Amino acid sequence: MEVEDVSENVLQVHLNGLLQINDKIALKEITRQLNLENVVGDKVFGSFAENLSFILEALKKGDRTSSCPVIFILDEFDLFAHHRNQTLLYNLFDISQSAQTPIAVIGLTCRLDILELLEKRVKSRFSHRQMHLMNSFGFPQYLKIFKEQLSLPAEFPDKLFAEKWNENVQCLSEDKSVQEVLQKHFNISKSLRSLHMLLMLALSRVTTSHPFITAADLMEANQLCSMDSKANIVHGLSVLEICLIIAMKHLNDIYEEEPFNFQMVYNEFQKFVQRKAHSVYNFEKPVVMKAFEHLQQLELIRPVERTSVNAQREYQLMKLLLDNTQIMNALQKYPNCPTDVRQWATSSLSWL
Amino acid sequence: MAYCSTRLKSRPTYSWVGSPLLDQKLHYQTYKEMSVTSNGCSTEIRIQVGQFVLVEGDDDENPYVAKLIELFEDVSEPYCKKRARVQWFIRFCEISVSKQHLLGRKPDVQEIFWYDYPACNSNIDAETISRPVQVVALAPDEVLPTALKNEKTFFVKLSWNEENFKPLSPELFAELNKLQEGSPRGQKPMKTKNSSIDSPSWTSAKHGVKRIELRHSTSKSHQIPTHLVTPRARKRLELGSFPVTPHTRISQQTSRVPLESPRRTKRKVASEITSPSKRSQPDGLQTSSPALKAPEKTGERRRSCAEQDKASHERPMILRTRVPALKTTEISQEITLDPLRGGKRSSVVPSVVLKPQKMKKREAQTPDAQDEATSTPHRIRRKSSLLTLNRIRQQLRFLDGSKNDKEEEEFLPAAEIADSDSEEEEASTPSLPRKTRSCVSRNLHSSTKSSLHTPSKTPKKTPKPRMPRSVTPQIRSRNLAVRGPASVLEEARLSLHVSAVPDSLPCREKEFQDIYNFVESKLLDHTGGCMYISGVPGTGKTATVHEVIHCLQQAAQANDVPPFQYIEVNGMKLTEPHQVYVQILQKMTGQKATANHAAELLAKRFRTQGSSQETTVLLVDELDLLWTQKQDVMYNLFDWPTHKEAQLVVLTIANTMDLPERIMMNRVSSRLGFTRMSFQPYTYRQLQQILMSRLKHLKAFEDDAIQLVARKVAALSGDARRCLDICRRATEICESSCQKPGSPGQVTVAHLLKAVDEMFSSAYITAIKNSSVMEQSFLRAILAEFRRSGLEEATFQQVYRQHVELCRMEGLPYPTMSETMAVCSHLGSCRLLPVCGSVVEHPPMNQEVRVEFPIRAHARVVGSIPSVGCAGGS
Repeated sequence: MEVEDVSENVLQVHLNGLLQINDKIALKEITRQLNLENVVGDKVFGSFAENLSFILEALKKGDRTSSCPVIFILDEFDLFAHHRNQTLLYNLFDISQSAQTPIAVIGLTCRLDILELLEKRVKSRFSHRQMHLMNSFGFPQYLKIFKEQLSLPAEFPDKLFAEKWNENVQCLSEDKSVQEVLQKHFNISKSLRSLHMLLMLALSRVTTSHPFITAADLMEANQLCSMDSKANIVHGLSVLEICLIIAMKHLNDIYEEEPFNFQMVYNEFQKFVQRKAHSVYNFEKPVVMKAFEHLQQLELIRPVERTSVNAQREYQLMKLLLDNTQIMNALQKYPNCPTDVRQWATSSLSWL
Repeated sequence: MAYCSTRLKSRPTYSWVGSPLLDQKLHYQTYKEMSVTSNGCSTEIRIQVGQFVLVEGDDDENPYVAKLIELFEDVSEPYCKKRARVQWFIRFCEISVSKQHLLGRKPDVQEIFWYDYPACNSNIDAETISRPVQVVALAPDEVLPTALKNEKTFFVKLSWNEENFKPLSPELFAELNKLQEGSPRGQKPMKTKNSSIDSPSWTSAKHGVKRIELRHSTSKSHQIPTHLVTPRARKRLELGSFPVTPHTRISQQTSRVPLESPRRTKRKVASEITSPSKRSQPDGLQTSSPALKAPEKTGERRRSCAEQDKASHERPMILRTRVPALKTTEISQEITLDPLRGGKRSSVVPSVVLKPQKMKKREAQTPDAQDEATSTPHRIRRKSSLLTLNRIRQQLRFLDGSKNDKEEEEFLPAAEIADSDSEEEEASTPSLPRKTRSCVSRNLHSSTKSSLHTPSKTPKKTPKPRMPRSVTPQIRSRNLAVRGPASVLEEARLSLHVSAVPDSLPCREKEFQDIYNFVESKLLDHTGGCMYISGVPGTGKTATVHEVIHCLQQAAQANDVPPFQYIEVNGMKLTEPHQVYVQILQKMTGQKATANHAAELLAKRFRTQGSSQETTVLLVDELDLLWTQKQDVMYNLFDWPTHKEAQLVVLTIANTMDLPERIMMNRVSSRLGFTRMSFQPYTYRQLQQILMSRLKHLKAFEDDAIQLVARKVAALSGDARRCLDICRRATEICESSCQKPGSPGQVTVAHLLKAVDEMFSSAYITAIKNSSVMEQSFLRAILAEFRRSGLEEATFQQVYRQHVELCRMEGLPYPTMSETMAVCSHLGSCRLLPVCGSVVEHPPMNQEVRVEFPIRAHARVVGSIPSVGCAGGS
């Protein structure tokens, strides 16, 4: 049977767990897409309960020989499993397992444990037919995909350019450095979506004056992709804020990641300032407090508990959301970092 | 549609002629003569006691022939007060095919046989008598006189007692001849006049002579005086007369419902047979002429036979039509007549003893009935168990053989049961042989007998759902027709689909029995009650209840149990527990109301007297979903049945056995009572039997394969649905694995194993194998961290440090925090890692993700990492 024949002879209902966030909306959407009798224009009439019994009635009435088959495609299937009582799933599965209108339910999800989300009576009605689509390809195929994705199709109007472009892509795929970039990317994620992201970043550098992608473009794109976002934020901090972060790092080292409060950080900072009074300006406490709050807004630190109105802000327990290595790496790249501060960062005992 | 038109045209009225003779010991009055007047025309036929008459049966062409013995009026019959007792004659075509050879010669078309069979009911509704006819008795070696060779005369040479043909006894012969001679005009039955004079010897006391009008012209072909009543009458007759002992007056009872639809009447009749009753008449009349009683059946049979091609011919009297009739109805006869044998066997023995009929029937049944049946004294028990067994047997047999000749034997047991219980008419049509021939049902039964015999659990489809709305929901119909199964495997797949409801549920006989008994006893007692049914999914709870209800509905149609209304609600099909009121109300009355209003209406209905006397059977599926904070829904559901007036039987189904104790308040669970039943998961033998019963006729599976899947599923869950799913998948695998498209061959153990693996093996290992290098090393980092800390959960930061170390050791490029985070969230999204701390929900916070590993997840990861290729440290 031809594909057109099939698609003509079936009704399709597309649902997405992100759009149809509860059964009520989902039922309305099904009714709309099936174009049942209680649909006027785009509106579906009736209450939730009415809609449910209406659809059930409609599907119950049909039988294998006379009714048009219906295919339900549920994208983000796992989200449907979170609907109340899983009513929709139960009913769809139940219909598919009884001699009513012939329906097929196809659920799409990325979760491997989807069966555990189903209630047992729903699970029993599920046919347990699962297909797993894995990225089972190796690097050579990945390279091939890379080429195919970049190549211009034959129907591209400017034949000459297309030819040149494709040649260039072929060269790129044989370039060592490009392969290295791709290999690195491949190691991190096999998903084609992340490959697309990488290629889009590289492609956006193409201009009339720079008509072809170069290996450098790709490397730069890769750098953008793999950049550590937190470290980037640290680069933009003021010296005072860096100092506070270093103080927090020391506190973490001393107290083994126990939460700290502003007062502790301030004391630590004061100790450093007293030792190296000449190199760091001694800011007043409210100023330091402001910097501290800024760090919180940047989400480099986070309160352990919810901020209560009553609690004094100085004594609220906080946690640092940066790793030591991140701090050290960021400091190395930090422009115009005072040497004392850098030394202090490496060791809290540097004054000795 | 000549038949229809004639039927409509003439609606005859029956009236007594002469004054009644009051029977001394009976409470009814006997008459000597009856006149039949057709409304449409002015003709009138007189029929006297002692005459030979045609009795309407199913087949208008070949009506039954009988001798009228007595006419009387039975006051106890509400509808058909006019009764007649007859002695049946049987036509050759009405004799069961398998016994026809006993005659040893070719019968003449006009030949009929004295039906010497006392078990046959001789009491009929007088209004089924259509007109007089001539019957001539001949010596066995006598040749049919040519003068009599017109179509409207029958002659008798032999008698038939269901066992063999015998010559007529001299007395009988003399008597018959006397009649004949005494009423010379009787030989021309078409002449209306003769009816009154026909048998003077019998009509000794004639009171009042009424005018005799020519009702039947000689041609008489188009005027069928009795027609309006006929279809019913026929059926009534059939049933009533069928295997019943001569002492009972069943036909009388049976024929009293002339206004109902034919089918309905049939059932009524049958039920009356079983519950025979108060009207036990001192059968003086009947017993007085035992010889005459027997032939009753013959007449009926003959008639029904003849009727079959009535549509094509004009008059029932015409004998030549019988031969074609025979041919056309061969199949149905085969089936229908066989049960007679069974019926006869069973009923012959006890027929002599005067007993309540029910008892007799039971007795009759036991010899050929199944062993289980006899043991239980309670009627219900036996009956239903028989039913189930019978059903299963039928189904199995049916699977075995598809040929007619086989069917013949198959149906025998069904018939035996049914004609004694007469409860399961639908399922075992053959028990009522004439029904098969009836105009209405003939097509159905003969063409689709296989499917009709066990319509069992398809009631869902048949009753039209109540649609109070103006809009009727409907999915549009399909453009392309369904393709039939092309191969054995496809066929197997169809019959393995869960929706292919089997004709009976194997392996649930006991549960069926218990539920059936429960509901039936409540129905019979006109009380209410609750029953709680539990069991894991896929153990056939709902299916069994459906089957019970279906059987009961049939029994109700047969009047074995009082009629009841059946309502089904499913907790899962409600948006909210209180909607259950709306659904119940709507299904009961068709009303629509809000939940609160519906609750009030229902409470009123169930708590006050005076509403309909019909019992309501309510099935509440997925009961646990009706739980509310106040538990008012459950409370009401279980409280209503306790009211005397409610007559409500509530069957509840849920998965957990201890649901009442666990979630219900005391006052609710106390009302639910302790009528509990739990469905155990199927054992492998049961699963095997289920599969076998579905696949019996198909050579699609190896026996070992079936056993394997049964054992696998039984070990896992005992879920029948799973079992069927696996088998269906296996057929697909078999199909795709086979190169030759034409002959896929059988499903082997290998195919099944593959299907089982597909369904039960987890995809985690494959997923890990196919994940990227970073993802794999992140998983190893987690393991390393677990080992280091000895805990089974770790924060992302801790794992990250391990991860960095690992990458350094492996020579991988340094992973940044962001990259690792992406890896972690990817693993989390496909649940290779159970990530707590909400990576998804609060992305800004995800720095502090805690990657927690519950024990199972841990085990999973540990188990699968080595397969990735590198042991995680240590």
